[in-house]
Amino acid sequence: MPPVAFFILSCLLFSLGGLAFIIKRDLITQFMAIEIMLNAANLALIAAAKFSGTLDAQIIVFFVITVAAAEAAVGLAIILLIYRQKKNIRSEEVNLLKG
Amino acid sequence: MSAYFWLIPFFPGLSTLILVIFGRWLPKKYVSFQAPFAVFLSFLFGLSSFLSLPSTAAHHGEEFLSKTLFAWIYAGSFQVDFTLWFDPLTAIMVLVVTGVGFIIHVYSIGYMADDRSYTRYFSLLNLFTFAMLILVMAKNLVLMFVGWEGVGLCSYLLIGFWFEKHAAANAGKKAFIVNRIGDAAFILGIFFIILNLKTASFPEINQAIAEASLSPGLATLIALLLFVGATGKSAQIPLYVWLPDAMEGPTPVSALIHAATMVTAGVYMVTRLNHLFTFAPLASEVVALIGALTAVYAGTIALTQNDIKRVLAYSTISQIGYMFLGCGVGAYAAGMFHLYTHAFFKSLLFLAAGSVMHALSGELDMRKMGGLKKYLPLTYPTFLIGAITIAGVPFFSGFFSKDAILTQCFARGNYFLWALGLLGAIITAFYMFRLIFLTFHGEERFSQEVRHHLHESPPIMTGPLVVLAFFSVVSGYVGLPVVFGKNLNWFERFLEPVIKSHEEHHLTLNTEWMLIVASVAVALTGIAIAYWLYLKSPALPHQLVARFPGVYRLLVNKYYVDEIYNAAFVQPLVKGSEAIYYNFDLPVIDGAVNGSGRLMNFGGKLLSLLQSGQVRDYALVFLLGVAIILGLVVF
Repeated sequence: MPPVAFFILSCLLFSLGGLAFIIKRDLITQFMAIEIMLNAANLALIAAAKFSGTLDAQIIVFFVITVAAAEAAVGLAIILLIYRQKKNIRSEEVNLLKG
Repeated sequence: MSAYFWLIPFFPGLSTLILVIFGRWLPKKYVSFQAPFAVFLSFLFGLSSFLSLPSTAAHHGEEFLSKTLFAWIYAGSFQVDFTLWFDPLTAIMVLVVTGVGFIIHVYSIGYMADDRSYTRYFSLLNLFTFAMLILVMAKNLVLMFVGWEGVGLCSYLLIGFWFEKHAAANAGKKAFIVNRIGDAAFILGIFFIILNLKTASFPEINQAIAEASLSPGLATLIALLLFVGATGKSAQIPLYVWLPDAMEGPTPVSALIHAATMVTAGVYMVTRLNHLFTFAPLASEVVALIGALTAVYAGTIALTQNDIKRVLAYSTISQIGYMFLGCGVGAYAAGMFHLYTHAFFKSLLFLAAGSVMHALSGELDMRKMGGLKKYLPLTYPTFLIGAITIAGVPFFSGFFSKDAILTQCFARGNYFLWALGLLGAIITAFYMFRLIFLTFHGEERFSQEVRHHLHESPPIMTGPLVVLAFFSVVSGYVGLPVVFGKNLNWFERFLEPVIKSHEEHHLTLNTEWMLIVASVAVALTGIAIAYWLYLKSPALPHQLVARFPGVYRLLVNKYYVDEIYNAAFVQPLVKGSEAIYYNFDLPVIDGAVNGSGRLMNFGGKLLSLLQSGQVRDYALVFLLGVAIILGLVVF
């Protein structure tokens, strides 16, 4: 399989994630969209590592996974608290910073 | 002790500090001790330095006691040090300031006893003494200016001492502002001296003038500028208007600051710079003319005033006019001599007037006095001695000093000024005895309630009166005129090292006698007229008023000068400021400031529309941004 196929898949996944984040309105789905975008990036990095024969990119992947785990913990906690406050998780209702 | 002469100003200075910082915890008894004691210490040091003078005094300023405490201002080759010195002229001023000052401090203990700001009063009085001593002991013009401003500040604070009273607060403000006008000219004069002579120290200025390194025109300009400063501080035409109002302050303050010491600072300054003024004859003539005119002019106002302190205030203005007359014709020693005797008899008159007020529960209007002679057995004779002295009755100090000035005027050929001086003398004798007769003689015009409280002042107040009365009588004997024998004028010889020697003006003994007889005759005439008008036929003054209503109204309203100044200077300034405030400050300056604020507000509101609060919108913008940047990088 040519390397470019991996990168195209990665791009597709990333775009889908971004699109989903912008279109969807509930926080859990948006959260999943972020996860998809992160893993799209991971895929591109793994592919780069494989084809370049070095380990540099793989190390970055570990970092990304770690960050994603932390982000999941904090993010879910925030969503939970928002739910407790508003009894729903619609992102457009979280607009306290509206100018 | 004289080696420590430079400590003289710092006793009252330290006392002020203590009173200001710890005053609220100090018992009244202690304050009453400390404040006069500090001035007394200064007096002792001044006296011992004075006694050591004859041995150290040579004819060069450098050899007098002099002490540089620290280098003050350095700018290139120009240098001003914080230097105090003690030459004969300073010696006289220090003794007057601390001596009379001490007596007035003691008097204040009784006079201010029931005031609730007792400590504040004494801290200010001490601060004044400190500033005045700096003024007279400074060896350069710049340090002198510090003292000059210091006494002005204390004057302001003490005139407005009872600041709850509207009139007092306004009087203080007036004194301060009028003095600023004079001081602006004074400081310009100092700048000109520094600019042209590159020094501010008195001996160096004198030396530079002796070497004629100043053009006569410039010297005249500088001397006139300095004299404008003197007219402000010493209440001469045209800046005298603040002094009568200054009587709103406590009476001992009027005695110390507005009669004996501060207001004579101008005379001291002119005498201190007598080399400069001698070098600028035109300026000297202006000084003499202003002095003589003020002497007569202020005297005529005093003729019709009914407020006992205001009569004395105009009398002070008039007497300082005599001092300037003496200085202006070149008789600096005579001017200083009058300053020195005046300090005693005028503070005596003020303190005695304070004692009268004290007895009459604060009454100032002479129309509500009369017949007080028998109620005030100590105040009356001391007041009478003061009046006799200022009127110029022979063998009292005022006679010798006034006569010295008039004789010198005549001897130097200024017959017109001499005549003005004589006219002033007759007016002086008249209004002083009008004051005496209205206050102490005739029928009793005070109310029953006042009579009930009528009492002679306590010894702490009458004591100083007696001491001052004693000095009013004897202080003249250090400067006897030449008719009593040669070289009896010790005062003039003492001042010789300070005053530029000039050609001697000798009159024949016969002329001298004639002049003396003339001034005695004038004094007695004045007293006789007062006696005739106010004791013999008390209806006459009213007839005179009815006969010359215009003149009377002019005098009672003080020639409308306050009104004229108000219309010519104060109102235009107020109106102009108001116009600028409403037409420039409010629309332009405030408009610009508020407008810039409003602009920011509006811009912020506009930009805040971008902040939708929707996290998805932000993400969209973010993604688009990344896409654009990526596009730019790749393509």
